[in-house]
Amino acid sequence: MENLITINLKVNGVAVTKAVEPRTHLVDFLRNELSLTGSHAGCEHGVCGACTVLVDGEIVRGCLTLACQLEGAAVETVEGLTESGAIADLQTAFHQRNALQCGYCTPGMLVCASALINEQPQASREEIREYMSGNYCRCTGYEAIVDAIELTAKNRAAGQELAKVKA
Amino acid sequence: MNAPTPGLKPTTYIGQDIPRPNARRLLAGRGQYVDDLRLPRELHAAFVRSPHAHARIVSINLTEARKAKGVFWCGTGIDVARAVSPWVGTLSHFKGMKSAPQYAVAIERATWQGEAVAVVVAQTRAQAEDAVQLIEVDYQALPAVTDMETALDATTPVIHPELGDNLAFTRGIDTGQVAAAFAGAHVVVEDTFRFGRHTGVCLEPRAITADFNASEQHLTVYLGNQAPHMMRDLFAKHLDLPEAHVRVIARDVGGSFGIKVHVYPDEMAVAGIAKLLGRPIRYAADRLESMSTDIHAREHRVRAKMGVDRDGRIIAIEIDDLTGIGPYSVYPRTSAVEGNQVVNLTGGPYDFKHYLANLKVVFQNKTPTCQYRAVGHPIAVAVTEGLVDHAAQKLGMDPAEFRRLNLIGDDKYPFTSVSGMKFEALSHHACLDKLLGLMDYKALRAEQQALRAKGIYRGIGLAALIEVTNPSALFYGVGGARISAQDGCTLRLEPTGWVTALTGVTEQGQGTEGMIAQVVASIVGIPVEHVRVITGDTDTTPYGGGTWASRGAGIGGEAALQASRELKANILALAGAILTRDPVGLDLRQAQIVDNISGEIVLPLSEAARIGQYRPDTLPREFQPQLSVTRQYGQRDWPFVFTNGIQASYVEVDTDTGFVKLLKHWMVEDCGTIINPLLVDEQLRGGIAQGIGAALFEECLYDSEGQLQNATMADYLVPMAAEMPDMVIGHVATPTRSSELGAKGAGEAGTAGAPAAVMNAINDALAPLKARVTDQPFTPERLLKALGKV
Repeated sequence: MENLITINLKVNGVAVTKAVEPRTHLVDFLRNELSLTGSHAGCEHGVCGACTVLVDGEIVRGCLTLACQLEGAAVETVEGLTESGAIADLQTAFHQRNALQCGYCTPGMLVCASALINEQPQASREEIREYMSGNYCRCTGYEAIVDAIELTAKNRAAGQELAKVKA
Repeated sequence: MNAPTPGLKPTTYIGQDIPRPNARRLLAGRGQYVDDLRLPRELHAAFVRSPHAHARIVSINLTEARKAKGVFWCGTGIDVARAVSPWVGTLSHFKGMKSAPQYAVAIERATWQGEAVAVVVAQTRAQAEDAVQLIEVDYQALPAVTDMETALDATTPVIHPELGDNLAFTRGIDTGQVAAAFAGAHVVVEDTFRFGRHTGVCLEPRAITADFNASEQHLTVYLGNQAPHMMRDLFAKHLDLPEAHVRVIARDVGGSFGIKVHVYPDEMAVAGIAKLLGRPIRYAADRLESMSTDIHAREHRVRAKMGVDRDGRIIAIEIDDLTGIGPYSVYPRTSAVEGNQVVNLTGGPYDFKHYLANLKVVFQNKTPTCQYRAVGHPIAVAVTEGLVDHAAQKLGMDPAEFRRLNLIGDDKYPFTSVSGMKFEALSHHACLDKLLGLMDYKALRAEQQALRAKGIYRGIGLAALIEVTNPSALFYGVGGARISAQDGCTLRLEPTGWVTALTGVTEQGQGTEGMIAQVVASIVGIPVEHVRVITGDTDTTPYGGGTWASRGAGIGGEAALQASRELKANILALAGAILTRDPVGLDLRQAQIVDNISGEIVLPLSEAARIGQYRPDTLPREFQPQLSVTRQYGQRDWPFVFTNGIQASYVEVDTDTGFVKLLKHWMVEDCGTIINPLLVDEQLRGGIAQGIGAALFEECLYDSEGQLQNATMADYLVPMAAEMPDMVIGHVATPTRSSELGAKGAGEAGTAGAPAAVMNAINDALAPLKARVTDQPFTPERLLKALGKV
């Protein structure tokens, strides 16, 4: 198009330079320009959370963020978090507990849940439900997701306690 | 061998909680949903959709759109009709049923808000959408038929004049002597139940990529769908291609719930345009399009009454069901099935004699409705269980005791219901007992009473249910629909001793692939991780119905079991030939050929497979190893293999705000043999959540002009994590004897019973205030109205 804007950013630790249309949403940029198809567009209104990614460590909605806003930003998606191993325990807990069925919400759910565990490591089930209530899942009824997040948070806390004792 | 080898024992994975192997790629963001796919030279489609519920299309001007950047092709309904023939959604066993021919893109007239009237194909989706804005359509608005109550009035316009009226289908059931039974009843309760039209809201919108290769006249369709073989047949028929020239591939599907098992006009249009242009065409519905063009469901008004005798025994039930289905009956399953299920299933769990039911299915200018998870069940269960609680209340009986008195006895099977449904073996009383124990019913009642004294209004609601599963050909095939009632499983012994399983049933996250792997591994005798399962490709999998009506485990699982038996026998025959032993004395356990008495290992399976594939020259000349097998299975003993279950909901109603807080939910159900309890429990929980959505939140709201008012996920409410309670699941197992596996379906029972349980819980909470609600969803406004506060 006529008015392309060039942006320089890091996506999953890799430097990216691309010319984008001003109207391009972050989720479309990731999916169409970078083939990072793990993040999904679900509602296009910021309600369902399927496009949740990290921008400079904060969770954002990829359907409410424009790619051209991201000059100099560091974006992390489910693909990057998977490859770095940052959410491996959470992914294992989701798998063991069957906290996903169709899997379409899962990347956004994992990104949001990892932020929750970092921010509120002691979250109660009710607090987990509240924090995750911007992420829609039509398949599970959420209980298994809450279980998996609760277990991961507890395991991480126990691991940190153990590390303290050893230190 | 010096040390004695401990003999291997048979192992089974049936009944084990095994996480699904295919979930790992989804957790890594490596799913392959249709819109994740990119093909060389692909183009993107976008549709112009009618803003009117009913309008004559006077003219369409494509001139400006054709000039727009990136645009490759534009067309109207007539252009698309050159490639796609119209269809009529009727079934011949629904006597008198009628519908009108439906085109992929509307010609002359749009009949609901959201119906496609023109289409643009461009190099990017954004360019296609830009060009859609440049298409000028001159509409002449026509009166919209929206209210189903007046759809049949003489003064109401007839949507399809050639049909004569707006009646799509009507059916009655009369056991006789119903009026007399009511006359003799001690208590008669009456209610009118209304059900909000709602929709499936799959998180992945419908999506298709159709690729036509003109040189071979071959169409490949990547489609998020539950029934690839059915779609293959229909693409072939309506695009005028030999069926063998069509391949349908359904990889990962982002939720379906019955939404993705129908023919959608825009999907047919995309396939047709691919054929016209000889290029891959992509289309994914956006959320607005999903809300206004995915099938809707469950817009019903049911007037109902129940008569009971002095002891509390049900004598008679009478219902009048009116349902509005939009302007066309959806192809090929029809939009009459839902209402038909309502009249078939109402009263289903109970032992009574007199039943009168009337069903009217009418056309209207709203989004077409069709089968969505638990088709008709949530309506039948809410009507029945609402009447049951109402009658118990009027008699002063405890609702659990009322059910104990009236549920069909566990020793009364086989049993035929008042509507003619045949039940092989159900376990209502065992389930009720287990449920009451799980929820500690007496303690809960005591807590409820104690809190009432403090002005806290809590309620307990029960809902017994039956569920149609493992359907025979009597569901669709008998009515002329080319929807397979059977499924096949092909097993291939690889040279490594691993097994590849190809199945006609499909995966949308419920765990089909894991379930098939567990059956195959158990029966063949290999570790479950040695089984790889392939689904969703008409070029490779055996022909079959796919996944709907809770048939995946019951039908697909049994086909896998029978194929596994045969493969195992073939493997043992091969081992016998290799070992020059009678195969009768051999068994296959944990990937080892063993002596079937001692369990002693005599040959690794991998070695037998190697010899069978690469060194058959070492075997007797007349012995040909058979290392691939296929078995088909269709359920032939019953029209449907019914399951049963019962749910309970515990709620607290805020009588000042009308808000309902769900405190807890319980369910006990009987789906026969359980292959993977982890997967079954999560099917039930997910199903309950969808039922709760119907009960409290979900409704497609239309104005009187047929305009959908809440077609975004910000406006159409669905259950989110914060609203959902924890759910306790229990099981009773009565395997079906119609198959060796004994599995019945479990996919829909959660959705079937949850709305009734929540409704009864709310009404139990409101009972001391003499208030009662029967219109779903039970919004705060409706509760406050019932309480006389607004």
